[in-house]
Amino acid sequence: MSSLIKSSIARKVVMALSGLFLVLFLVLHVTINLTSVISPDTFNEWSHFMGYNGLVQYIMQPILIIGVIVHFVMGIVLELQNMQARTIKYTRYKGAANSPWVSRNMIITGLVVLAFLGLHFYDFWIHEMTYKYIEVHPEDPARYYTETVEKFAPIWRTVLYIISFGLLSLHLWHGFASSFQSMGLNNKYTPYIKSFTKAYALVVPLVFVFIAIYHHLNPITH
Amino acid sequence: MKIYLKIWRQKDASTKGKIVDYTLDGIEGDMSFLEMLDILNEDLISKGEVPVEFDHDCREGICGTCSLQINGRPHGPDRLITACQLHMRSFNDGDTIVIEPFRAKAFPVIKDLIVDRNAFERIQQAGGFISVNTSGNTIDANTIPIRKENADKAFNAAACIGCGACVAACKNASAMLFTSAKVSQFALLPQGRIEAMERVQNMVRQMDLEGFGNCTNTGACEVECPKGISLENIARMNREYLSASLKG
Repeated sequence: MSSLIKSSIARKVVMALSGLFLVLFLVLHVTINLTSVISPDTFNEWSHFMGYNGLVQYIMQPILIIGVIVHFVMGIVLELQNMQARTIKYTRYKGAANSPWVSRNMIITGLVVLAFLGLHFYDFWIHEMTYKYIEVHPEDPARYYTETVEKFAPIWRTVLYIISFGLLSLHLWHGFASSFQSMGLNNKYTPYIKSFTKAYALVVPLVFVFIAIYHHLNPITH
Repeated sequence: MKIYLKIWRQKDASTKGKIVDYTLDGIEGDMSFLEMLDILNEDLISKGEVPVEFDHDCREGICGTCSLQINGRPHGPDRLITACQLHMRSFNDGDTIVIEPFRAKAFPVIKDLIVDRNAFERIQQAGGFISVNTSGNTIDANTIPIRKENADKAFNAAACIGCGACVAACKNASAMLFTSAKVSQFALLPQGRIEAMERVQNMVRQMDLEGFGNCTNTGACEVECPKGISLENIARMNREYLSASLKG
């Protein structure tokens, strides 16, 4: 077991597992968000449940935050090690001849998504924490829809979200299928995993983009 | 045809190297790439200059000795060949060709285009063998039945010539394709299963110790490998390693 923790393969498995966990989380996230377009009441109901359920708040939320941190820290560790593995660079290096851009630039797409997470946490998570635990407002199960839609009123935020979802799509395009290879799965099902990855990497961010644009174009009129 | 060369020149391991320009005229398309370098060296020697040092041996794509990064790709622009199998017909009159050594911290430059690939030897020595007493009582390997599919996969993995193109191509200078081919060629056969657990752990440990980078599944190694070693081998090694580590 001790060799497992120190090895390059183990680090890749940690990346793969934390990545897959985040992939699963995105399904939950996009599903709840989609209800904000379909039924504001359902969105409020689900958001209130997520915001006040003990299991979600005190068990699942910390696990999610740890998942994000592990994925991010391990990604940086791997990148630094990889940079050290070639100290003298090539004068000419034709990466495009043998590998897709997304696979070579996971650190760039990853860092953009991370920066986006900073904004996203500021927009929603910090706001929630302040509302519930610092300012200690009473429970208001009907506030979520309005708060969310109002966030997308400024064009700059909507555009930033759309750009970030684009980069998230690129990150998922390589990362999702790649995590199976890291865990040792490369067999007759691999082509299906790759096709599913592409579908997932397109559909999930596109739904997020759709929701952001929808709320920007349909502001709440008081 | 006329060729403009930009070649990495480095006096020795401790001296800083640089790209030096050369021009060659009268190069024929039927010449091999290494013949072209031979002509350059003849020219340099006749001028009293130091010839360009480069690794080569069999010159037929078997030994894995040649190790040139040509125009940003290991073994040049063509697929499934080594630099010695590359011909000048792959280039055009007036082309500029950049020739560099394979770059990796674990492959230090010895001189000019020659790199020290002993890191690969040490990975092999860490587990790339089976312990069989061959002193007069060797059993014919064919007495053990092996599934055709496994035999083919083991053979394909064993086709690795250890040239280092995978490391040279990888943006992380990872040696996973090489190591996984050496692990796979045994892991797929009953003779190799006996020491399978220690083998994969020892070879991966040595690979990490040598300072190669981590695999990020770009697939560049598979594309540039002159022997077409598949990424399936890397997945197999990951599998073998995880199962050995969890059991051990």
